Amino acid sequence: MSSILKVESLSKVYRSGERDLTVLNDVSFDIEEGRSCAIVGPSGSGKTTLLGLCAGLDRSSSGRVILNGVDLKEMDEDARSHVRNQYVGFVFQNFQLIPTLTALENVMVPMELRGVRNIHNRAEELLRRVGLGDRLDHYPIQLSGGEQQRVSLARAFINEPKILFADEPTGNLDTETSEKISSLIFELNRDAGTTLVLVTHDMDLARQTERIIRLKGGKVVNDDFQTNPVLQEAK
Amino acid sequence: MNQNTPIEKPKVSIFDPWLWKMAWRDSRTHRGRLMLFMSSIVLGIAALVAISSFGESLENAIDDQAKSLLGADLEIRTRNPFTETQIALFDSLGGEQARETSFGSMAYFTSNAQTRLVQVRALEGRYPFYGEIETTPAAAIEEFHTSGGALVDQGLMLQYQLTIGDSIRLGEKSFAIRGKLDKVPGAAGAGMVVAPRVYIPFADLESTGLIRFGSRVFYRKYFKFADNSGTEALAERLEKEYREERLRAVTSEERRESFGEAMGNLYRFLNLVAFIALLLGSIGVASAIHVYVKQKLSTIAVLRCVGCSIRQTFYIYLIQAAAMGIIGSIVGAILGVAIELYLPAVLKDFLVFDVEFTISFSAILKGLLLGLGITLLFALLPLIAIRKISPLLAIRASFESTDDGEEIDTLRWSLYGLIALVITLFAINQMEHWTQGILFALGLAVAFGLLAGLAKLLMYAIKRFFPRSWGYIWRQSLANLYRPNNQTLVLMLSLGLGTLLISNLFLTQENLLEQVNATDSNNQPNLILFDIQEDQREAITELITEQDMPVLQTVPIVTLRLQDIKERAVAEIRDDTTSDIPDWALMREYRVTYRDSLHDTEEVIRGEWVPEVDPMADTIAVSLEEGIARNLTVDVGDVLTIDVQGVPFITKITSIRKVDWQRVQPNFFMVFPKGIMEEAPQIHVLVTRASNPEKSAQLQRAVVESFPNVSAIDLGLVLKTVESILDKISFVIRFMAMFSIFTGITVLAAAVITTRFQRIQESVLLRTLGARRQQVSRIIALEYVYLGGLAGLTGILLSLASAWAISVFAFRIDFQVSLLPILAIWIGVVLLTLLLGMLNSRGIATRPPLEILRTEA
Repeated sequence: MSSILKVESLSKVYRSGERDLTVLNDVSFDIEEGRSCAIVGPSGSGKTTLLGLCAGLDRSSSGRVILNGVDLKEMDEDARSHVRNQYVGFVFQNFQLIPTLTALENVMVPMELRGVRNIHNRAEELLRRVGLGDRLDHYPIQLSGGEQQRVSLARAFINEPKILFADEPTGNLDTETSEKISSLIFELNRDAGTTLVLVTHDMDLARQTERIIRLKGGKVVNDDFQTNPVLQEAK
Repeated sequence: MNQNTPIEKPKVSIFDPWLWKMAWRDSRTHRGRLMLFMSSIVLGIAALVAISSFGESLENAIDDQAKSLLGADLEIRTRNPFTETQIALFDSLGGEQARETSFGSMAYFTSNAQTRLVQVRALEGRYPFYGEIETTPAAAIEEFHTSGGALVDQGLMLQYQLTIGDSIRLGEKSFAIRGKLDKVPGAAGAGMVVAPRVYIPFADLESTGLIRFGSRVFYRKYFKFADNSGTEALAERLEKEYREERLRAVTSEERRESFGEAMGNLYRFLNLVAFIALLLGSIGVASAIHVYVKQKLSTIAVLRCVGCSIRQTFYIYLIQAAAMGIIGSIVGAILGVAIELYLPAVLKDFLVFDVEFTISFSAILKGLLLGLGITLLFALLPLIAIRKISPLLAIRASFESTDDGEEIDTLRWSLYGLIALVITLFAINQMEHWTQGILFALGLAVAFGLLAGLAKLLMYAIKRFFPRSWGYIWRQSLANLYRPNNQTLVLMLSLGLGTLLISNLFLTQENLLEQVNATDSNNQPNLILFDIQEDQREAITELITEQDMPVLQTVPIVTLRLQDIKERAVAEIRDDTTSDIPDWALMREYRVTYRDSLHDTEEVIRGEWVPEVDPMADTIAVSLEEGIARNLTVDVGDVLTIDVQGVPFITKITSIRKVDWQRVQPNFFMVFPKGIMEEAPQIHVLVTRASNPEKSAQLQRAVVESFPNVSAIDLGLVLKTVESILDKISFVIRFMAMFSIFTGITVLAAAVITTRFQRIQESVLLRTLGARRQQVSRIIALEYVYLGGLAGLTGILLSLASAWAISVFAFRIDFQVSLLPILAIWIGVVLLTLLLGMLNSRGIATRPPLEILRTEA
């Protein structure tokens, strides 16, 4: 199986006042296509920074990220945007729906950006799939947290991404809703054959992936390929 | 995909329909706010469209009614009675003719025994040939032509409560008032204030006995030709032929040009003031968009995450700004057309005819383009920040930049340059000369820079000397001025500029009036009697003494003209195109005096004062006022040949005087020493002081009764005239300043509403922490009080400086400040800001926190 994400000696240094703050220090790993992986670690360990760099949202200080065979470091911001639009899906902790767009419009945006116009039916179908068939024209403010995250999932899958980055997708939800959302993520992921990279604090969620990378102080302290009972069961 | 496969970025065009759709979708829930931003430019555009359109209507009106400006095809005028040869020549010219003799004189109103200096116009013939004199009753003009009587200026009739049929005495003859003069072709309302007109039949002029030696009289002859084609050449020929007699021949075309020029200046001034309002509005738009973009950070970051390019994101918001600019300009243009309807009323005192209302499509188009252009330029400043918004913001609320220091943003600086260029080009386009345009742009930059600088200084001072010992509410509201996304500076700029304009106008007007008023103290003269003949002098002196009033000065006046300057004939200088000496200085009839001492209004600044000369001396010493010396390009030691009633004298300038012209007493361009002019034909001026207005009126009545040719001017009249003219001018300026002030108000409203959610969050937090509603309300109210107070203070401080500069340098008068009215302006600004702020913040402090968060989020 070929690698969809290759991280090589990745470091990120922020300038804080007079001194440098190393958030990520020489991180390397590969993720194969179709696999699921959780990045875990305590607060400030560099999880979100790593996710941002992997998704091409930021530039590394050193090292490189190769996403679907493309070295992100060589690209300018617009080219990285294009890569994101073509191959990447996002799920955020605080949902990040565009408040002025309806649920349906939020879902359609990534495909519209590609220039695909008649995407209405596909977006509607995805929203039905996540259980929001009757909330198509609702604005984010009219939806509960769980519903907003479902819209966010539908948006993440509309462009049939090769890789899905999820940043604490259940972090703002209650336990019951969290379970529903995580099931939905894995279900959609499995059906679409998408690679999943998950950043989370929630070990229960992390354990559902095939691999757990532990970060501490900006370094990988553990890279654990596991036999996940949940996944085995699903397969 | 291979590692080396190049990624092809899709081409982005602003005409991509999706971008427009996205801009429309993204504006949902903010449209009200966007409309409010847009309203900041509405007034500026409205003013520009109204004035440009009115300017065009005015131009059309001038073209259409060019002949009625003069009332004839040709006007010939001179300060001397027409000679026999001239009259014979005029007769030979044919066409329709009329003549008019005009001069200043005292009018005595029999019905109430009051007197007033008026401008008498003795008319013969059916002038005006073009346009008409409008009277009430309308038939009065016809009656005047057939049966005589007097036509009296409407303002004068109103002021002295005269009615039709009342009697008005001019010199030795009384006239029945036939009608009220409503409109005279070519005469503006403001001009009537200085010298209200009274028309009498030419045939009755002689019997008034008013024209005597030394009277300042204009003799005019009007012509209407069947064929007007040769008028220009005729005028030129007549002026040349009668050059020595200082005859002026004015054609309707020449009048049209000079009037068009004067109106052009007015139009340009108004347009520039309107442009300032538009600039203020644009700064408001830029500030509002700056906050808007900040509030859109997360949306922009998400769009970038899902693949929106920098350019696409930028276009989405540029389209919104452009739409705002277009809608604002359209609304402004519509409002402008409505305002244009009102403009003739505002400018009525400066217009000499009716201006027909026409909608100028070119003015509207210009307004629309300028509105859109300026809005976009100013909106681009905050919009280009979108380029730097990282998609990382979607996963992190804040992140630290890894940039090593600030790089110079060339795009931003290019925009600043472009804005400066557009403003300068607009100003150059408005001004007669490009240097004036650049000066205007520089002046604007200095004014805005000073306002912003002073505002920043005040804010810095507050931060630096923050009153830590104050109570919580006072400190919190003061600290709110520095909250993130604050618009304190832009509000101080817009409100401050409005205050600056109003306060400056007030201060300047006050100082001018105060200057005239000040003359009323310290036993300064306040009543001048002039045109006193030699044989009347003693009797009038006696009359003044009888009324228990002092004769403060008796001033002899001799009239003369210039013949040679530095041994060059005046005619030669006039022919010399390289000469800088103005024609009026060469051609005027100089009224001079002689005495052995300087007055307290004078000071010798160069040369030496000569008190007396030997009557037999070859060369006579003369002292010139510094301004006229500058105009004539002469100085101490230069020789002037003068013509006193046909007798030439050689004079040598022995001193240059600085004269305080502000005082109500006769001052002179030329003063001769005693000993030489005593024998020249002369008239006199007597200067006295009346202890109160009643005494002044009593003396004027007594003088007019016994010496009808003598005229009087008193301080009260000067004061009233100055006040009235200033009122008329300041009304126009105030009208224009209103655009800036209302723009300031809309900018304030937009700023308050833009930060409303932030205020709600603060208020909810405070209330959750236990603050009472009243405390929250007081914090909000105090913030506006501070804002209004600081903006007002900035404006007032600058207005003090600018009014001081205007008084000292432009009017050369002492600068004084009355604190109470300034305080009133300041309080007014504070109250207005408070009122607007509280109106827009209503409901924040009173409703339950959760309810507000649900509805406003």
